[in-house]
Amino acid sequence: MRSLFLVLTALAVMGLAFWAYRENYRTQAELAAVRNLQSEIGVLKESLGVLNAEWAYLNRPDRLRELADISFPRLGLLPLEPRQFGGVAQIGYPEIELPSITFPVDTIALGETNP
Amino acid sequence: MTRIPLRPLARILSAREKGENPDAIERENIRLRHEAMRDRARLRAEGRLLILGAAFVAAFVTVGAQMGLLAATEPAEPQATGMGAAIVAQRADITDRQGRILATNLVTHSLYAQPPLMVDPVRAAEELALIFPDLDGERLKKDFTSKRKFLWVKKKISPEQMQLVHEIGDPGLLFGPREMRLYPNGAIAAHILGGASFGREGVRSAEVVGTAGVEKTFDGWLRDPANGGAPLRLSLDLTIQSTVEDVLYGGMRLMNAKGATAILMDVKTGEITAMASLPDFDPNTRPAPLTKGDPSDSPLFNRAVQGVYELGSTFKIFAVAQALDLGLVRPETMVETKGPMFWGKFKIRDFHNYGPQLSVTDVIVKSSNIGTAHIAQQIGGVRQQEFLQKLGMFDPTAVELVEAPGAKPLRPAKWPEITTLTVSYGHGIAASPLHLAAAYASLANGGTRVTPTILKRDKAETGARLISEATSVQVRDMLRQVVVRGTASFGEVPGYAVAGKTGTADKPKRTGGGYYKDKVIATFASIFPAHDPKYVLVVSLDEPVETSGTEPRRTAGWTAVPVAAEIIRRTAPLLGLRPEVEPLADAAVTLVRN
Repeated sequence: MRSLFLVLTALAVMGLAFWAYRENYRTQAELAAVRNLQSEIGVLKESLGVLNAEWAYLNRPDRLRELADISFPRLGLLPLEPRQFGGVAQIGYPEIELPSITFPVDTIALGETNP
Repeated sequence: MTRIPLRPLARILSAREKGENPDAIERENIRLRHEAMRDRARLRAEGRLLILGAAFVAAFVTVGAQMGLLAATEPAEPQATGMGAAIVAQRADITDRQGRILATNLVTHSLYAQPPLMVDPVRAAEELALIFPDLDGERLKKDFTSKRKFLWVKKKISPEQMQLVHEIGDPGLLFGPREMRLYPNGAIAAHILGGASFGREGVRSAEVVGTAGVEKTFDGWLRDPANGGAPLRLSLDLTIQSTVEDVLYGGMRLMNAKGATAILMDVKTGEITAMASLPDFDPNTRPAPLTKGDPSDSPLFNRAVQGVYELGSTFKIFAVAQALDLGLVRPETMVETKGPMFWGKFKIRDFHNYGPQLSVTDVIVKSSNIGTAHIAQQIGGVRQQEFLQKLGMFDPTAVELVEAPGAKPLRPAKWPEITTLTVSYGHGIAASPLHLAAAYASLANGGTRVTPTILKRDKAETGARLISEATSVQVRDMLRQVVVRGTASFGEVPGYAVAGKTGTADKPKRTGGGYYKDKVIATFASIFPAHDPKYVLVVSLDEPVETSGTEPRRTAGWTAVPVAAEIIRRTAPLLGLRPEVEPLADAAVTLVRN
């Protein structure tokens, strides 16, 4: 009985030691992955900053104005003017498409109900 | 434990035989027993103290060892924790109100040299001089062949230049990473942004510090890592700012002016939507400040904030607004305008002779100095000073620019009656265009004090009341009449009901004593739309002259007003204001107070 208990305890210790060993290495691997990810995030943030700066530089008003001037024949862009505001009432209704006439309808007979 | 009996029979019996007192034996035994008990108790107490002491020593040793460990080891970020509050070591970006970037950072490199490591210093110096034309080759040669151990060659270099330096292939030329401040929009909003430069420099990194404008005002905030990289959001709108600068530059050239400034401000919140000062500069290559001469000649000078000028007739509305609010006059009250008006040895004149009398509205419309002086006389100096104080005309503006506290308005030290008269039409008191914009916003928005700000505000804060709502309506109506039929008739923009007041002030001679005859500051302070004010626009031109006619014209009505009208025509649609038909005065019930 006692020797069985000793054997079981020894097995448990060995099992736990193996588990601890594996967990230790897994944790270290995860930490290394986190470190890599963080440095990657840093690099990506830096390049995002560069891209943002470049976007802002390419969209600077002076350049856009020059581009609008250069491509005026094609785009015809002009500064926004007060008269370009419109009211809803100024928008034309879409034309109602009438169904094509397929069968001649006897209108005289309908005249009484639909004057 | 064996207890010794107190009265051992053997000793008692022998004592009795000897005729001694057996009680002495008992007392002796009790004494011995007590001594033994005392010794035991002391031993126990000593043992306890020892354990306690040991515990304390252990605790202190633990704390001390941990402190020593913390002090001696390199700090490391906790890696196992998840993404907590991000700590960003970069200087924060500056954006406009819509989040468009006004200032950001760019990673670049600096170039330094360590002459002891150099293989061929002379060739390296020659090649460097070819790559960087602004470097002096001879000077570099001398430095590289001297005993110096270290020297900076360039603070910032581009990737192309870095590649060229690599191609020289000298091991003594080294690069250090740098973060530089970039203003992608160039000169736009240059005076507001200010600029940045390097503070303390090391090989591995350098500190970026703001040198002027918001970069300096918010230097601590921008560098605070705890903000987690949140940008500083200004009230400016990049599109509007660029349009204002563009139109103002055209206007300045057309009117042959030396300088110009424009401020566009929200009437209710005091947010500055655009603020331009010309001539300007590129904050990426900020020029050095002037060491001699007039600082206002430098492009670094922000005329809108630092330029303290006599702003002339634009001040007239303050006297009239106060008189209306005090109930001294009504818009249709007739005021004497017979000129010239004498006060002691002083003579007050008008630009034209406007006849013996004008209504208060017409005093503003025709811009009569004499009429305003008469109204100011009724108000009196004490009340006038109080009102101007409340309008903020005596203190520097509270705008968050590092230059603002230095621009204190110039006011006369004493306030005799003649000062009351001249100040009423804007002479003898000098303030910045920003003061004027804030004061006009305060009068136009219903009569509550407006504090100008450069930061985006989420909601309007109602300031202290200066004039009543009804007076504000009357003031707006008068200013509208100035544009409809008065000195600012070029200011009419269809659909936007511009209201405003012109001001043309002679420039005082810098040497002191008197004014120039042919140099003026022309100002137009306007609000639009007059019936429901949304924005205030102040345009000021320095030494303008309009030469299309037979003789040169310098009045604001011919110079500043057309420029302001063009700015409104261009920016109002961008601000999202729809052109509206002005409601007729008769159509609504007008608030009137006696």
